[in-house]
Amino acid sequence: MPELPEKKAGIIACSGEEMAEGTVSRLAALRVLHETRRGDTVTLCLPLFLAGGQGERTFARFYPTITVDGCALKCAARATERYSAKPAASLVVTEIAAAKGITGIEGRRRLNEPGRKAVEAVVEILEEEVDRVLGSSRRHPQKEKR
Amino acid sequence: MSGPPKKVVIVPCSGIGKSFGTVAREAGYDLVEDLRPEQTRLVALSKLVMGDEEAKNIVAAHPAIAIDGCKLNCAAKMVRESGGRIAREVAVQEVFRRHKTLKPEGIAELNPAGQALARVLAEELTPLVDALTSADSTEDRHA
Repeated sequence: MPELPEKKAGIIACSGEEMAEGTVSRLAALRVLHETRRGDTVTLCLPLFLAGGQGERTFARFYPTITVDGCALKCAARATERYSAKPAASLVVTEIAAAKGITGIEGRRRLNEPGRKAVEAVVEILEEEVDRVLGSSRRHPQKEKR
Repeated sequence: MSGPPKKVVIVPCSGIGKSFGTVAREAGYDLVEDLRPEQTRLVALSKLVMGDEEAKNIVAAHPAIAIDGCKLNCAAKMVRESGGRIAREVAVQEVFRRHKTLKPEGIAELNPAGQALARVLAEELTPLVDALTSADSTEDRHA
């Protein structure tokens, strides 16, 4: 039987440098990429959709992609859809934080306590979305203890 | 009569795959939060990617310093494509070549050497920021 490429989930974070929620998006994406769903996920720097080549623009067509945005501008979701393909899921930090009752996120360089709680909340939902897009066969039975 | 205070726009790369990208981001914060908070402001690269009008207007109205983490130079390219004027384009790797002992490691969290490299990079840019925002800069002389 031929070896087929392994299916992975793409994650694209806005990383918005201007606001703390952008840092939350970045840190949550990195946690899932490097720790909790390592090996199941890949990423691309958002600006590469424009600054890169055709290879970068096929990213979301090849990998079912989950975008993580810091704010309602949804730069990552809109850029992914405009330059590559519609994201499989789109998360927004401000919406997740509001739903979880997390307020007062500050510290774009070093997150305060609410910011760190927001990272945890986004990681949890991002993990669920990764598992969903990869299908039941790749589902992680138990969440990693942190 | 004095005009509005001049600002220099700082656009670091949004690199998420390498430590050099995090150094670029950290150096941007060093400049706008610690070293020259009154004379600089950050513009998020993601906004320029999306062609956000407010972000484009800001980079069009002020000189920009682009700090890039890899040879693709996304920050500098985006500033130019957004109609901005690059006052200086800095590559983290070039600064690292001159400071080999400050090897950055970590992406989510930089090691102390990476933080020191970011600070060195930021400090090297402060004379330029001062020159661009000083009262007798070229733009003022011709105003």
